[in-house]
Amino acid sequence: MAIAVDCHDVTKAFGTGDARVQALRGVTFAAAAGEMTLLVGPSGCGKTTLISAIAGMLTPDAGSIAVFGADLRKLSRGKLTAFRAKSVGFVFQQFNLLPALTATENASIPLRILGASAGEANRRAAVLLDRLGLAAHRDRFPDQLSGGQQQRVAIARALVHEPQLVVCDEPTASLDAQSGQAAMALLRDLAVRADRAVIVVTHDSRIFSFADRIAHMADGRIENVSIQDAEAA
Amino acid sequence: MAVVALRMLFGDRAKYLGLVFGVAFATLLVTQQGGMFVGLMTRTASVIEDVREADIWVMDPQALYIDTVRALRDTDLGRVRGVPGVAWAVPFYKASAPVKTLDGRIDNALLLGLDDATLIGVSHDVKLGRVEDLRQPDAIAIDEAGYLRLWPGEKLRLGRELELNDHRAMVVAITGASAAFTANIIIHTPYTRALDYLPQGRDTLSFVLARAAPGQTPAAVARAIAARTGLQALSSADFRWKTIDYYLAKTGIPISFGLVIVLGVVVGIAIVGLTFNMFVAENLRQYGALKAMGLSDLRLVGLVLLQGTVVGLMGFGIGLGLAASFFEFATQPPGALRGFSLPWWVAAGDAGLTALIVLLAMFASLRRVLVLDPAIVFR
Repeated sequence: MAIAVDCHDVTKAFGTGDARVQALRGVTFAAAAGEMTLLVGPSGCGKTTLISAIAGMLTPDAGSIAVFGADLRKLSRGKLTAFRAKSVGFVFQQFNLLPALTATENASIPLRILGASAGEANRRAAVLLDRLGLAAHRDRFPDQLSGGQQQRVAIARALVHEPQLVVCDEPTASLDAQSGQAAMALLRDLAVRADRAVIVVTHDSRIFSFADRIAHMADGRIENVSIQDAEAA
Repeated sequence: MAVVALRMLFGDRAKYLGLVFGVAFATLLVTQQGGMFVGLMTRTASVIEDVREADIWVMDPQALYIDTVRALRDTDLGRVRGVPGVAWAVPFYKASAPVKTLDGRIDNALLLGLDDATLIGVSHDVKLGRVEDLRQPDAIAIDEAGYLRLWPGEKLRLGRELELNDHRAMVVAITGASAAFTANIIIHTPYTRALDYLPQGRDTLSFVLARAAPGQTPAAVARAIAARTGLQALSSADFRWKTIDYYLAKTGIPISFGLVIVLGVVVGIAIVGLTFNMFVAENLRQYGALKAMGLSDLRLVGLVLLQGTVVGLMGFGIGLGLAASFFEFATQPPGALRGFSLPWWVAAGDAGLTALIVLLAMFASLRRVLVLDPAIVFR
């Protein structure tokens, strides 16, 4: 098993004085390539802070984070941005699709950020949308899609540029149970590959069965990590 | 990514139209008022501009601008002619005169008396008739707009009669003389006849018009005239600016127009700034998502600037088009705004102001985008 994400003694605090909040208290954590890892825990336990740091959007106060061997501490702001563009795919809780763009155009954004032409980006996005069962909805705008369909577009957007790391923030929180299960099944089917790690932050215990590994967080620390046989997609 | 930026902009139609309206409104206000101001200032010196043959104006030493006429002595004409470097010099008369048509319509005219022999100073833009016919008895030339004020709705026709200060006058030519600041009707007639129309005291010579001899500059010859005669002599260009400067410095016109222009800029910045700020605020999560997905600050600023540029160009185009239409339709003779126009450099200046409005309006919004934490998308 290759280590994809390696966090060592990561700390992060916000605010000063009485308002200071210690979000991460020496987190040591690893996620393997070819696996889906769930970060679970109560609200405020530091899941979002940790996933933000792993995705290169937040600089820890101390400790180190390496993603596929790249030490994020050593990357400049510009290189971190380039790292996110090339190596990270995002699935957000509220989807964050651009309302003025069609499903295909939304899914093609990471490729456009990387400099692909609109035609090439749309073509590759369309192929992925077809695999996600959205062939008939490619030209629809987000407000013409159901929540489940929007989440599938978001999954396509996270995978279209074939990143090494996919981070998902509460991907089922805005979906009903059935749509949530379907979205996770698709995510597991398409995202989990031998050369890629998938980290999912969630409260939703109904999707725990999709994980290869579950890291339980509390009060800014990883309390324990459980390994399980993931549900077949 | 430019297409994405434009789709974001056009997708929020209400705000897009609000932004374009803000820029268009400011452009219209600034361009229209700027053009009016320039037109008004140009009109103060239109008599000087219309006299194309002469390049030197000689006048009383105390004269402040063209409308402060204090007559020179008749002998001053000969003195000017005697100054080395003067190719020729002719008398020029300028006064205000009441006019009355035979059917009783009255108005006030600017009466310009031209050298009897040469008719130097007459408008070169002749719409109907011949200026040479001014040598006929009681003959005058009237400008087209003045004609239409006295005989509204009637076709231009020669031979019409009117009373000029209770003296008979007959129209033998209709000109396109530039509109003057102080009168709506411009009448040209030979110098001696002008004196007959408006008999005055001992001294009657308003100005001496002169031309510098070949190889001499008007400014140098004007200095020589002033030195030799003690009169005030200025090149046409200097006299034009002296007149304009007088109105700029001694009247409330610049303040009035300036306030409206400043108001246009402020209102433009306010409308565009607030609307753009709302646009950015409502799209902040989208910008954050793009930032999280690896769009650099530089490219994000580029997207916002592109959106602002499109809004600026659209608004400026509409505002400029409306202002140009105003000048096209509102300045036809005999309208009070005849002769007003929109100089290219006013439009160019307004383009710069519009860019400033858009940039200032976008400044606060750009800052919000730049300091935006991409992790906002996880909250």
